Amino acid sequence: MRLPVVKVFLSSLFALTLTLTVGVFLSCSPVAMAQTTAPVATTELASSTGDSARMAALEKQVADQTAAIAAAQTAGDNAWMLVSAALVLMMSGPGLALFYGGLVRKKNILGTMMQTFAMMAVITVLWALVTYSLAFGDGGAFIGGLHNAFLHGVGLMPDKDYAATIPLQTFMVYQLMFAIITPALITGAFAERMKFSAMLVFMILWAIFIYSPMAHMVWGKHGLLNATLGGKFPCLDFAGGTVVHVTSGVSALVTAIYLGKRLGYPKVPMPPHSVVLSFIGACMLWVGWFGFNAGSALGAGTLATSAFVATHFGAAAAAISWSVAEWIRQGKPSALGAISGAVAGLVAITPAAGFVTPMSALWIGAIAGVFCYFMVVKVKAWFGYDDSLDAFGVHGAGGTLGALLTGIFANSVINPIFGAGKPTGLLEGNAHQLLNQFVGVSIAWSLSIVGTLVILFLVDKTLGLRVSEDDEKEGLDLSQHGEEGYDWAH
Amino acid sequence: MQKIEAVIQPSKLDAVKDALVEIGVEGITILEARGHGRQKGHTEFYRGREYSVDLLPKVKLEMVVPDEMVEKTIQAIITTARTGKIGDGKIFVSKIDEAIRIRNDERGEIAL
Repeated sequence: MRLPVVKVFLSSLFALTLTLTVGVFLSCSPVAMAQTTAPVATTELASSTGDSARMAALEKQVADQTAAIAAAQTAGDNAWMLVSAALVLMMSGPGLALFYGGLVRKKNILGTMMQTFAMMAVITVLWALVTYSLAFGDGGAFIGGLHNAFLHGVGLMPDKDYAATIPLQTFMVYQLMFAIITPALITGAFAERMKFSAMLVFMILWAIFIYSPMAHMVWGKHGLLNATLGGKFPCLDFAGGTVVHVTSGVSALVTAIYLGKRLGYPKVPMPPHSVVLSFIGACMLWVGWFGFNAGSALGAGTLATSAFVATHFGAAAAAISWSVAEWIRQGKPSALGAISGAVAGLVAITPAAGFVTPMSALWIGAIAGVFCYFMVVKVKAWFGYDDSLDAFGVHGAGGTLGALLTGIFANSVINPIFGAGKPTGLLEGNAHQLLNQFVGVSIAWSLSIVGTLVILFLVDKTLGLRVSEDDEKEGLDLSQHGEEGYDWAH
Repeated sequence: MQKIEAVIQPSKLDAVKDALVEIGVEGITILEARGHGRQKGHTEFYRGREYSVDLLPKVKLEMVVPDEMVEKTIQAIITTARTGKIGDGKIFVSKIDEAIRIRNDERGEIAL
């Protein structure tokens, strides 16, 4: 019985080796031929045929080389963009899931992580069905049309308007990762008290009615705020200061206020159950953010380097400035403070990366760290809202600040978006840009406040937003999912 | 036979354990515990919010020793666990009626 099996195994191994050898030979041989035949052909042409034939051959050679160069650039850009897309997904899970998961109480860790993870699944399907089309399909100034619904027409050829060197599907899937993390950021505001079912419906409506129009206005063709594709108010938003952070942060504030405080807040202590988990998550966010910002160059060229460097410098400066503020006010620099500062810096540099110099990035980060510290520690306490994990204090405040600072620090040497030599930001003499940034921020704020309120009202009247008091006391893990993150008994 | 329960600073566990073995304490049970005496804990800050933590990590030791060993055991614990600061812990002593070895049903001090 054993012998035939071994025989079959050996013969298939032999066949595989043969195929590989032939394959390697075949794949190598055209290169070798191209290198050897070209000069031979040229000599033959020169000696035996006329000039026109020689010209035709040369033209063909040039055309072939141009095509080869384009293919090489596509391969390079596409490689970076696929890696970037994966990096941005890593920001949601496990990055954000761990960051938020560590900040809640033990009984809510899985519920909190599931809210982010659910976005990875639900928003993806929704993107394929309709939201990609609403965000990036041809349409008006405010929202895209339905031409690309079900990803109709979203193939492997590039769309020259969006990204000329990568397949449109790469662009589509890269943008999807932004659409996933944006609603996931909101979950920090209503942590520990929202029904899972209500959260799903809320997020689906939010993705359709707030994220899609905002992404279209800023990044879509003919969008109202698009800086390169015919916007009326060209707003500079490299990687989503308004589209991602202002929308999610402001909607987070509205949601936190609408839902009300957690039971017992602020009298009952609700410290993070594991800053260690949050620490790991924040470090993953920092790394993932290179895909978020440098990937927003939509290619692997020098602009990606600019954005990468600015991102890193912004994060570092903000980690320091938040820590210093905390050290002065409370006497000790905490790990939670340092990582919160880094995230605040990453948020603020998001619209600016790809427009600003490394030195400007340091300034933006330093300002953002102190500003967000002030928002989280002082402003939240003054107003008394329960933005549980500071989604507004970090993303809403940091995103708004970053969007405005982009209008000040944007530099045409880094990115001549309005044409070579034309001033970009306020410091270069284009004061008008600050106004455009303000328009972008105002629209993001208005859309988020009104849209989120309407969606919350509808979901509240139909499903109900909050879990029952008993369920909230028991924790989301058990009451919403029937399981526990930590089972100490076994 | 008497039971000695000692609540000590976790950092002193190794020193206390070694001292007890040295004077001939045969059996010991150690529990990770949380609690406070007059010390009343400390405060922690998370994003500017102050939380008072009144249950601090401690280690609780339990051992049952023959009557003549009691004072020696107490002294061994005191000398090794003391730092002189608030939070060093406490020792409780109580009478034990019976000790039984499960393996062979031996009773009394021989079972210790």
